[in-house]
Amino acid sequence: MKIALVGNPNTGKSSVFNMLTGLRQQVGNFPGVTVDLRQGTLSLDHTQHTLLDLPGTYSIFPRSSEENVVREVLCNPTHPSHPDLVLFVADAAQIERNLLFFSQVYDLGIPVVLLLNMWDRALAKGLELDLQKITELFPGITIIQTNARVKLGKNRILERLASELSKPTQSFVGKEALSSEDATIQQQDANLRLEKIRAAQLVTNKKQEKISFSTKLDRLLTHPIWGYGIFALILMIIFQMIFTFASFPMDFIDAQFVHLSSWISEVLPEGQLSKLISQGLIPGIGGVLVFVPQIAILFFFIALLEETGYLSRVVFIMDKLMRPFGLNGKSVVPLLSSVACAIPGVMSARTISDPKERLITILVAPFMSCSARIPVYTLLISLVIPKTYLFGFINLQGLVLFGLYTLGIVFALLTAILLNLLLSKKQSGFHIMELPEYKAPRMANVGITVLEKAKLFITDAGKIIVAISILLWALASYGPNSREQQLQQLQNTAQYQNATAAAQEELYAATALSGSYMGQIGKAIEPAISPLGYDWKIGISLLTSFAAREVFVGSLATIYAVGDSASNLRLLDRMKQETKPNGEKVFTLATGLSLLVFYVFAMQCMATLAVVKRETKTWKWPLIQLAYMGFVAYLSAFAIFNLLS
Amino acid sequence: MPKTLDAVALDQTVEITNISGSPFASKLTEMGLTKGQYIKAIFKAPFGDPIAFECNGNILSIRKEEASFIEIKVL
Repeated sequence: MKIALVGNPNTGKSSVFNMLTGLRQQVGNFPGVTVDLRQGTLSLDHTQHTLLDLPGTYSIFPRSSEENVVREVLCNPTHPSHPDLVLFVADAAQIERNLLFFSQVYDLGIPVVLLLNMWDRALAKGLELDLQKITELFPGITIIQTNARVKLGKNRILERLASELSKPTQSFVGKEALSSEDATIQQQDANLRLEKIRAAQLVTNKKQEKISFSTKLDRLLTHPIWGYGIFALILMIIFQMIFTFASFPMDFIDAQFVHLSSWISEVLPEGQLSKLISQGLIPGIGGVLVFVPQIAILFFFIALLEETGYLSRVVFIMDKLMRPFGLNGKSVVPLLSSVACAIPGVMSARTISDPKERLITILVAPFMSCSARIPVYTLLISLVIPKTYLFGFINLQGLVLFGLYTLGIVFALLTAILLNLLLSKKQSGFHIMELPEYKAPRMANVGITVLEKAKLFITDAGKIIVAISILLWALASYGPNSREQQLQQLQNTAQYQNATAAAQEELYAATALSGSYMGQIGKAIEPAISPLGYDWKIGISLLTSFAAREVFVGSLATIYAVGDSASNLRLLDRMKQETKPNGEKVFTLATGLSLLVFYVFAMQCMATLAVVKRETKTWKWPLIQLAYMGFVAYLSAFAIFNLLS
Repeated sequence: MPKTLDAVALDQTVEITNISGSPFASKLTEMGLTKGQYIKAIFKAPFGDPIAFECNGNILSIRKEEASFIEIKVL
């Protein structure tokens, strides 16, 4: 049996879904459906039922592509996902407004069960619901009181599912208007329903509402000073947590994959296959999994803040500030998350209902300086920026680092303005938003969100990342025949023969990389990058760092023949001594700053591209993003280099 | 000119008298903003926009521009 979960936003629909399916759920594409929906299974008396979680909406009349899905699935009996039974989740404390949408589903003639969720909150508010009257208003339905946050009502739902389905026996106001596209007819339908529901006087309020604790808290959290202050503090704590807690599992994953790949190369017979698996595939998979801790931690906090109701207050206080850039308050979380990593940032843009604002947010998010840029920034800054203090107390290196972050933010916002002008708007935005009441977070819901996001990244973006990293590996480790000769020549030189074993290995690796196909490409693009102040060695490192920005440091280490890439200090010394054929230093202030600016802007991250493809469902936008960010990076690096040299 | 919802003072309960010109009239109805409904501004975002209203027991965040389509009378 196909069951659909339907209801208004903020009614605890996902709690009901989690309560019924537990971990037996996944996000997926459905035939004829353009947005991601969650689906779970539920077994009852040895039969499997599928439970489809439809997006929360206030009525059958759609205002967004997400809401469109709801109408398509419910109104079209031939739709592959059309349900045999609807579980309608309603907030018991908001019953009149919820029944408006319910009455529309009822009129469609689908068997429906009304779940009066958050029953405890209605009681606490002093509301009394006349269930008898509701049944009289909608003959043929079953009403179940639930409190999904504490898993109350599950058994009653299961009992109901086991019994005979019964269709609504009459209509409420009729279903003629429900398929209408006309705004006036839609409003008349909504009005008619609401009036009829209100006239039935289903609710008696025994308590008079007075200024509640919630409003006092709201006035503090949305205060011009305290509101922003508290938000900044929470952000700071989250970032501290990410940098503190993500590094352990990331290092662990890194180390385990290094072990695994050396183990494989020992176990498998030597040859191309062994190389492909141990040096291409395994590190590629490791390169996917290494992002998971950051994604998990960030979504843990986002889900936590969302569960408590605080996140919608952040949207509320940031809304006005984001509007001049064609964004809205909901863009704040994706953009700020991108400071840790653009991948969860792009993934969290899903809460933005306006498609244009969501797209702009996704496109500009990678301009925010993510944590993978930090190793590149710190290496280059310590290379070209002197360790001095301005006015005796401002650390110049720190100031440059601050400048790079600011540059990223400024360009994200400028690009947003540009995109806002260029992209056409399919529908005018509707921004009225419910601010849910504050409540304690349910850890089960938080945990499921974290799992879902991590799984989505690994399964969907992961494939693309592994494929590209194998390609990059192959380019860097194979080369034309001339490479063999170079390596032979190297082994005959006196310098090589007199060197220690470790130094020999370094020299060998450097020659191998520069002679590889990647090295050839690096040399081939030298004319294109020399106006930016780069030589072919930097060129190779730029290419390899497309796998992930921090790879830049490792590549430089290999190419400058510094065996242990972890020792930045030695790498730094080598780079400082590096000279061009004409005797000039390679890493001048001009080249260094040009590279820094390049890394602020360039889309040097295939993982982000893969995620943007996943979220926009087309290669068009990630490719535009790649080209545009590359263009900005090239031009500004060119400008900086030529201004300074 | 009738008074509109974007210009109400905090903590003042008003009654919705008409909704005119909003491209989202039916959406407003769906969210419970209908003629005759009592509504009260309870807090504002910094810069005074958007405004949070209490309406029928829930809190709605409405941008000033959207609120300007909703005509009200002070009780």
